[in-house]
Amino acid sequence: MPEVDHLVEMSDITKTFPGVTALSNVDFSLRKGEIHAIMGENGAGKSTLIKVLTGVEHQDNGEIYLEGKPISARSPQHAQELGISTVYQEVNLCPNLSVAENIFIGREPKKFARIDWKQVNERSAQILKRMDVDIDVSLDLNNFSIAIQQMVAIARALNISAKVLILDEPTSSLDMQEVETLFHGIRQLKGQGLGIIFITHFIDQMYEISDRITVLRNGIGMGCFDTGSLSRMELVSTMIGKNLDDLESLSQVKASQTAPQDQAPVVETKDLGKSGSIQPFDLDLKRYEVLGLAGLLGSGRTEIARLLFGIDQPDSGSLKINGKKVKKNSPLKSIWQGVGLCPENRKADGVVDDLTVRENLILALQSGRGWFKKLSRKKQEEIAEKYIELLDISTPGTEQLVRNLSGGNQQKVILGRWLATDADILILDEPTRGIDIGTKAEIQKLILSLAENGKGIIFISSELDEVVRCCSRVKVLRDREMVAELSGDEVNETQIMQAIAGN
Amino acid sequence: MNMNKYLARIKDSKLLWPLAIIGLVLLFDLFFVPGFFHLEIKDGRLFGSLVDILNRGAPLMLISLGMTLVIATGGIDISVGPVAAIAGAMAAFLIGGESFTNTPLPLVIVLSLLAAALCGVWNGLLVSRAGIQPIVATLILFYAGRGIAQMITQGQILTIYYRPFYYVGGGHLLGLPFSIFLVALVFIALKLLLRRTAIGMFIESVGINSSSSFYSGVDEKNIKLLAYTICSLCAGVAGLVLMSNIKGADANNTGLLIELDAILAVVIGGTLLTGGRVSLLGSLLGALIIQGLTTSMYSFGVPPTVVYVAKAGVVFAISLLQSAKFREAITRPFVSKRKVAK
Repeated sequence: MPEVDHLVEMSDITKTFPGVTALSNVDFSLRKGEIHAIMGENGAGKSTLIKVLTGVEHQDNGEIYLEGKPISARSPQHAQELGISTVYQEVNLCPNLSVAENIFIGREPKKFARIDWKQVNERSAQILKRMDVDIDVSLDLNNFSIAIQQMVAIARALNISAKVLILDEPTSSLDMQEVETLFHGIRQLKGQGLGIIFITHFIDQMYEISDRITVLRNGIGMGCFDTGSLSRMELVSTMIGKNLDDLESLSQVKASQTAPQDQAPVVETKDLGKSGSIQPFDLDLKRYEVLGLAGLLGSGRTEIARLLFGIDQPDSGSLKINGKKVKKNSPLKSIWQGVGLCPENRKADGVVDDLTVRENLILALQSGRGWFKKLSRKKQEEIAEKYIELLDISTPGTEQLVRNLSGGNQQKVILGRWLATDADILILDEPTRGIDIGTKAEIQKLILSLAENGKGIIFISSELDEVVRCCSRVKVLRDREMVAELSGDEVNETQIMQAIAGN
Repeated sequence: MNMNKYLARIKDSKLLWPLAIIGLVLLFDLFFVPGFFHLEIKDGRLFGSLVDILNRGAPLMLISLGMTLVIATGGIDISVGPVAAIAGAMAAFLIGGESFTNTPLPLVIVLSLLAAALCGVWNGLLVSRAGIQPIVATLILFYAGRGIAQMITQGQILTIYYRPFYYVGGGHLLGLPFSIFLVALVFIALKLLLRRTAIGMFIESVGINSSSSFYSGVDEKNIKLLAYTICSLCAGVAGLVLMSNIKGADANNTGLLIELDAILAVVIGGTLLTGGRVSLLGSLLGALIIQGLTTSMYSFGVPPTVVYVAKAGVVFAISLLQSAKFREAITRPFVSKRKVAK
């Protein structure tokens, strides 16, 4: 029988998909007024558990209780009527509508067959007040920071009867200060007795805000812990099922990484810039080295990658690749010059999700060869199999559609796409974002071994520990300007942070 | 086991529904239209309603094939009817209204198709270089196309008396209408172009995600340009067939509203309007369904005024069958029962 103080009780949940057991006898409980984190690697079953709870999927076995009564949500709408609301990772709001319109869109209160704007605005302000947000709700949404926009998304999900709030990666596009703002709002809701389920990849944030943690691995519940009593090491080893030697050995790899002194740079820019995008900067990259670009979101890191790869055209300065001056650069030209780019936005600019793994892997190579020199099917399969094995891409086969792969494996496919072109210069823009720890370590290791084998790599990341672990030299960006270069012993989190902050 | 696998493949195939619909249309004809399947050989030529459907459907099949490429890139081309009229007008102008031709026939064909291809280049440039939405970009020629065709024919309906030209739309080869061979030729040429080169994959890639394709070095602008050019070229071939059928160039009525039938044929054939996977065979079947319906209804004695409504009804049914949501809704009871039985 469900315990009385439990708001939600899921017991013995099993869910299988053809060929996969996504959840096997998982238990989960949520109390009133608690923030409960669900942790696990990609594919551990976090999203399936949430989908079962919110009626997107139906469990094969097991019971769900809400306040002691058994429930079975038929659809997300039904779940919301029962009191379970979800806010998804991507904020689906309309930036050009007002805050209040966004909150009430599609369910505006009516008065004499007209929308009762007064009520819309009052009630919107009221709901936001619950999160301690006091803003003019009649202003357009795009006047506000992303943190506020996230809270507007939460406000939209909260109706009066909401008892459970599920936040799926709410912080993935926020910077540190915005996370604080959002957490303040979430704590207010917790204080009002809501049960909040929090899904995140960020361990720091999870420790900061959650009361309890449920860990999943491969569809199996690894247990529920009080946040205070579980150390980070214990958490991570529970999640990935092995100890952290792998991660730690990385620092040793780095120590052995040596960038030859007397080599000519493969990428060299002089005053390269584009107004409104990035101030003119100088940059040089040699083979055998991993050059880091550090800075906050929007500091100009991605803009540098776009200029180097020919997505954008510079309006000042010069770019030399392999010693040759490049004019009118383009992605296709970059392929010919041996440059590859794993873009920041994997979904929008990276994978072609309805093509197969094979087609995605050979896409850039085939582009470089042109329309008519088609790789034979046999050759394509060889290449695909080679990189599936080399990068340990988990897929049933070369003909699986990329959309069915997890985020980490999609990232590996894009990486493989550029390795297949035999690019000597790789620009990796946030290659580990939204990827679980195990895969993250794998990708970091791979980056280092690529550099060891003579490739020059530009590594862009928001996570400083990762930058420190992988890079021998770091360029720091602030407000669309390159402000510092750190090398050798200077490459540590403290000094990078100081450079970003401008001390 | 093997049988099951085979059945599963058929069930997953996008061609299942178009084939099923054709089956239904033919079944209807079998019971309600006497003599529909009757074929006879007269003067060494095959005659009958079935041959008729193939022959009459040829222009639509040609245009649908070209349209498939454009739709697969995520675009649409609503100017194919007027482009067909331009090609027809061009041919009529070059041949002239005599029993001989002013221009050698091969040159007539090359120049008219060139005119059509130029229209495609125009559409393609507007879409790929100027970044205009495909429906708006092709709307320009949709409006202007028939005007251009009229300028070529100087506002007249030109009648052709040069007999060899009749062969394009009305000739016979090996006892079958020549237009069927034309369709087969274009189909095979496109199939080879898509599968023997990397163009097929690039078209699909651009249609699924244009930005990712650009980031991967795919020459997406020229891929789109190529798709629109081929589409107009197919419309040009269709224009010659249509015009040869009526033995004259009628700028106002050649291929009137055929763009809508073509888009429909592509959609029925399983190529998504949002772009992506190409199904040339599906589009052919789609065109045959539309033509088959029309012919069946006329044979059954449905008045021409009602045919459009009846066609709409059938199209409605097909669209419902193709909607994943609808299919899930009607198959769900069976699926869950099967699970319980296990």
